[in-house]
Amino acid sequence: MTLQACLILGAIVFGAGVFGLVTRRNPIALFLSIELMLTGALINLVAFGRFMPAEGDAQAGTILPLFIIAITACEMAVGLALVVALHRQRGQIDLSELRDLHG
Amino acid sequence: MADLLSAAWVLPLLPLGASLLGLLVHRKAALCAGISIGANAIASVLAVLTVVAWLGADTPTVISTLDWFTVRGDVVLRVGSMLDAISVMMIAMVSVIALMVSIYSVGYMRDDPSPGRFQALLSLFVAAMLGLVLAPNLGQMFVAWELVGVTSYLLIGFWWHKPGAVSASKKAFVVTRFADAFFLVGLIVLALGAGSLDFAVLLAPASAEALAAQGGVFGCNLLTLGTGLVFVGAWGKSAMFPLHIWLPDAMEGPTPVSSIIHSATMVVAGVFLTARMFPLADAGGSLVLAEVTGAVTALFAAAVACVQRDIKRILAFSTLSQLGYMMFALGVASQAHPDGFTASMFHVFTHAWFKCLLFLGAGVVIHAVHSNDLDHMGGLRRKLPITWLACLAACLAISGIPPFSGFFSKDAILAAAWGAGHKGVFALGLVTGGLTAFYMFRMLILTFHGSYRGDAAQLEHAHEDKWMVAPIALLALLTVAAGWPLQSLFAHHMVPPGVEAGHAGHPAWLPWVAAGAGLAGLVLAWLRYGRTPRMSALAGWRKALFDQLGSNCAWRWLLNRVLIGTIAKVSRQCDEGAIDGSLRGVADGAQALGMTTRWLHNGLIARYLMVMVAAAVVTLVVLGGMP
Repeated sequence: MTLQACLILGAIVFGAGVFGLVTRRNPIALFLSIELMLTGALINLVAFGRFMPAEGDAQAGTILPLFIIAITACEMAVGLALVVALHRQRGQIDLSELRDLHG
Repeated sequence: MADLLSAAWVLPLLPLGASLLGLLVHRKAALCAGISIGANAIASVLAVLTVVAWLGADTPTVISTLDWFTVRGDVVLRVGSMLDAISVMMIAMVSVIALMVSIYSVGYMRDDPSPGRFQALLSLFVAAMLGLVLAPNLGQMFVAWELVGVTSYLLIGFWWHKPGAVSASKKAFVVTRFADAFFLVGLIVLALGAGSLDFAVLLAPASAEALAAQGGVFGCNLLTLGTGLVFVGAWGKSAMFPLHIWLPDAMEGPTPVSSIIHSATMVVAGVFLTARMFPLADAGGSLVLAEVTGAVTALFAAAVACVQRDIKRILAFSTLSQLGYMMFALGVASQAHPDGFTASMFHVFTHAWFKCLLFLGAGVVIHAVHSNDLDHMGGLRRKLPITWLACLAACLAISGIPPFSGFFSKDAILAAAWGAGHKGVFALGLVTGGLTAFYMFRMLILTFHGSYRGDAAQLEHAHEDKWMVAPIALLALLTVAAGWPLQSLFAHHMVPPGVEAGHAGHPAWLPWVAAGAGLAGLVLAWLRYGRTPRMSALAGWRKALFDQLGSNCAWRWLLNRVLIGTIAKVSRQCDEGAIDGSLRGVADGAQALGMTTRWLHNGLIARYLMVMVAAAVVTLVVLGGMP
């Protein structure tokens, strides 16, 4: 396993996230996609931490993603609350129907 | 006394203040008239004192100015006053005539719904004219020139409920504005060429040389081009053929307005401007224009005046004819023969009194019979004796019968034309003199002699209002007195700048011939109308010819072709294409931009995200490509 292989994996995961973000119409799927993009970025972090550790603090690359995963969990909680509120108000959550902001 | 000369700039401010005050209280007719007459009386006294001081001080030119703004580093526009022979004469003439007319208007406008407004506008008109004649530079002159134009528009269209008056005022404004555009261009040419607008610099020989050395367009140098363009401005204001079309129509205005426009203000402004620019125009050779248009206008207008039926239109055409005299007198003058200049200014002066008087007299007649048509007049001399006597004096003066004032000035003009060797113009002037006597006495006889031809009930109420007769009587005195006593004064002082006053040669036979031409016209008029004071309708080709000349039909092509056909079309193209087009282009651009951003904002989150991602990719690629 090399750094390059890890970075390619990260890019693939991130790309899958972007694709899902643009094509999906369900907001929960959008959140999943955002998670995928974040995960792609975190893979990069971990890979750099493993293959090119910082001098003096070799664990930083491993610990930072753990914090980010925790914060993302909170973010998801807020996001899901929004989706629930949306469903209560509108009765549906299809994003292609929610276009009140059109100019 | 010297203070009086340098404080001449106060003069226009008096009627200006009167007009502003008058417009504030325009509902109180008596108060307005009082303000107007008071201001004009003070201005008249000051102007006459200024004349006396100027004659005593023996300083040819007194300039007092205040810097207004700087145009281009070296060209400074100043406001103030400049007193020299012509402006000193003009201020006295303008302010005294304004006083007469404002007194007369009290009687004439008594039954009008808004005499206060009338007096206020009249004062504004006088203020503009005084500002014009006192102008120490072309800039102030142009501002005052336009003010004269706009106030004449307001006054001619004073009876705004009459469609004729409204269209006449519009016509006067448009035609004179058309000419003013040339004036403005000429002004700019002269200012850029000579580096100054001040007459003190502009009229010096050095400026003429500097301007003549610079090439212009159409093979003219800047001197000829600039003075020629300025002269076109004078052409329009002084109603020279063929831009005279506005003047007869302007008769729609109240008679006091016609009187002041025709005697001391407005139309004289063109002659004044030409006289003011005389040294430059002479050096540039554009005085030929003044000579030709003046002579043509003099003869043409006199011929048309012979067949008019409307008393005010006769006087209007007679003004045109007399303005022609003044113009061609300026045209025949040169530095070598300055007596044409002297004669022209002398005629401006004498003409003002008797023409003002004639119009005021016509106003009295119109008031009495409630008609302008000569067919509804006749035998009025028993009802209006003072008016009759005064008009008789004015007719004798304008016909050039000695010893009335017009004789001396006309004689001087003819002598100048003869002396300068312009025999053709001299002959035209002589013929015009005979015609003048003919049409003036035709008018006088048809109005005051014979028996009354109108509605008899109308004549019962005919009377002479004392407010209207007093100025007429005073003007009659001036008409008689303004000639011989002032002749030597004019000959001595009224010379173009830089020319020594000298005595011009005067053939001994000339006064006899000039007076003879006038007498011949008078006798002809008496023979034709004296025994049977009735007009016969013209018929056949003569009717057709004079209809064309007198009405606007013949000149309509000028309006249609030149004004509307080309200039109006070009300016419309400019307006619609360039100005509207650029504005519309800006609006269209903004709208297109809006439509584009509208496509982006369709409310679909997917679209927003796609744009965001695309933007991020582009940013990364661009940044990644950078070193």
